[in-house]
Amino acid sequence: MCQIAIRVRGIGKRYCIGERLQYGGLRHRLEGALRAPFRLLRNGNGNKSKTSRQEIWALRNVSFEVSSGEVVGLIGRNGAGKSTLLKILSRVTHPTKGSAEIFGRVGSLLEVGTGFHPELTGRENVFLNGAVLGMGKKEIARKFDEIVAFAEVEDFVDTPLKHYSTGMMMRLAFAVAAHIEPEILLVDEVLAVGDIAFQKKCLGKMSDVVNEGRTIIFVSHNAAAVTRLCARCILIDRGELLKDGPTYDVMNIYLRSGLATTSLREWAPEGAPGDEVVRLRAVRARSTDGESAEAFDIRRPVAVDVIFDVLQSGTVLTPNLHFFNEEGVNVFITHDIDPTWRGRPRPAGRYVSTVWIPGNFLAEGTFVVGAAITTMAPVNVRLYEREAIAFQVVDSTDGDSARGDYAGHLPGVVRPLLEWETTYDSHPGSEQFPYTAAAQGGQRQ
Amino acid sequence: MSAAGAQVAPLPTTASLVRIAPRTRWLSLDLREAWNYRELLYFFVWRDIKVRYKQTVIGASWAILQPFLTMVVFTLFFGHLAKISSQGLPYPIFYLCALLPWTYFATALQNASTIVVDQQQVITKVYFPRIVLPFSAVTSPLVDFFIAFVMLGGMMIYYRVVPTIAIFWLPAFLLLAILTALGVGLWLSALNALYRDVRYVVPFLVNFWLFASPVAYSSAIVPERWRWLYGLNPMAGVIEGFRWSLTGHGQPPGPLLAASTGAVLLVTFGGLIYYHAMEGTIADVV
Repeated sequence: MCQIAIRVRGIGKRYCIGERLQYGGLRHRLEGALRAPFRLLRNGNGNKSKTSRQEIWALRNVSFEVSSGEVVGLIGRNGAGKSTLLKILSRVTHPTKGSAEIFGRVGSLLEVGTGFHPELTGRENVFLNGAVLGMGKKEIARKFDEIVAFAEVEDFVDTPLKHYSTGMMMRLAFAVAAHIEPEILLVDEVLAVGDIAFQKKCLGKMSDVVNEGRTIIFVSHNAAAVTRLCARCILIDRGELLKDGPTYDVMNIYLRSGLATTSLREWAPEGAPGDEVVRLRAVRARSTDGESAEAFDIRRPVAVDVIFDVLQSGTVLTPNLHFFNEEGVNVFITHDIDPTWRGRPRPAGRYVSTVWIPGNFLAEGTFVVGAAITTMAPVNVRLYEREAIAFQVVDSTDGDSARGDYAGHLPGVVRPLLEWETTYDSHPGSEQFPYTAAAQGGQRQ
Repeated sequence: MSAAGAQVAPLPTTASLVRIAPRTRWLSLDLREAWNYRELLYFFVWRDIKVRYKQTVIGASWAILQPFLTMVVFTLFFGHLAKISSQGLPYPIFYLCALLPWTYFATALQNASTIVVDQQQVITKVYFPRIVLPFSAVTSPLVDFFIAFVMLGGMMIYYRVVPTIAIFWLPAFLLLAILTALGVGLWLSALNALYRDVRYVVPFLVNFWLFASPVAYSSAIVPERWRWLYGLNPMAGVIEGFRWSLTGHGQPPGPLLAASTGAVLLVTFGGLIYYHAMEGTIADVV
């Protein structure tokens, strides 16, 4: 038996950028409202009205069906429209065009901890968050012990949430979310948060849910997680459905098309970037133990390997790497200055150059790495692969990173762990401070 | 094109079917669905009450203190100094009867006008009938109202003011106050999502409204002929109604009340339509 769980037909969503930016301008809006009827008239006459607003179609004519019990991965770059689609399916926002039908109780997980209130205790927040996610009071009461046990916060259920560490809060939030039992579950990249151990736990819980035979739509750009959980994938790019099929096929297209960025990139000899002298064969990010990974603990060093073949002997070559953060800011560039090969012509063969990025240096977030191989004096860039790989750095919540005990948003391009020292004087008033006479003169009694 | 009409072939029957389509009808307010979410309404109200007096020293006593202190000030200045007529009632009772519904109304209105913006985190991430929000905003201040009401009861015993049979009308006046806050709150909350100007307008609005309502004075000073016009301010009907039903003094506010009720129903109905029209795009604009 193959029951339809979700049927999406021709869904489109338009955002008016201008509208959003001008929302503060009441006068402008009133003018617009007054003119609207006239604009309508003009449109009715077949004249295209000039719109000063910029329209963006976040989704365009997307159609697909999901059978009951299927687990479908929704993949695509940032801003491809995945989240918009999920928002429409979970009825947070309405489509501009098209329609969708959903058969069964829907639970959506666009964020963990929605509606958490810092002043309330853990227990109270479980009930509140559960209600927000669509659970009834009795249902929550029944699952309460299970939720608290999963979150490992038994001793703190009656402590206000504001005294929780970020890790505890995240665990509690996910525990509530993991215990909603809808027939259809819509999950956004909630797994992208929290420390690595916690991410693993969440993935484990997700697989349990999958095995229970529920219908799931899972949005992620974590290729590994999608491959593991979903048999079928839908690839979305620039608001359009690019490919719908078995995960293996779709993933292949996704990875090959350059739409995806992973922490390991390899090239076949014929297609490899480079020239007649040198060819780039692979770039990868890995941890101390040699494993390739997508996400790294902020406290641990990250190694980036550049693997290249030298085809013609006798050229001086310098590998170099360019690191960019999510905002496209060039965080740093590093050149290979290892004296073994510095300024020395290289014989033909395979080289693996590794650079170690120290722990407690990069900020939290996603980094895109460009790889280049250059001949110096005169400068000749023999190859430059702009977005060779990408990886994530995840901050710890244990309090021993530069974040300390601060759990909120922490901006900054780097996040080094620096040394602090304090001198203490129980009888201030010594000659050391203020340092300048001006500051002394400024003191008024 | 509207795909809402393009429904097809019979579908497998399941317990629930959700149909998602662009909004076409403005009047398709689904109150039954809202009713299914009454537990969420309960939780929103419960959270509001829980949070309101967290980390305060005297806690819920604020619910008593606020109207009480205002009453003292009004009694001193409007009563003993300005000698405003209290229709033969002791000034503290005269003012408290008005301040209770007024304090409720002012709090409820302020709550309602900001609730959509305050809850934008939730609105942009989870679906629930948005109409739950303004309802919860006007429900939670009721707790303060009832606490203060106990104090009023004590004061009435102290001043030996005995209520008449008219007291059975009190729930109706309370309902009118709730509807007024809800009706105006619906407009303001939806508008606030679009224009944050509303946030600055509301305190003024509440201030002006206080003086346009018979809180500090009795509506008896308004000439009979204009009483119905004065009643277009629904709080006039509510407050006069409270005074009359609690103390039995003065006249039942007939034409005043009729005008008030009419005005409230109009504002609430319009508010429901406007709020509902905004509902679909609220997550995009807030």
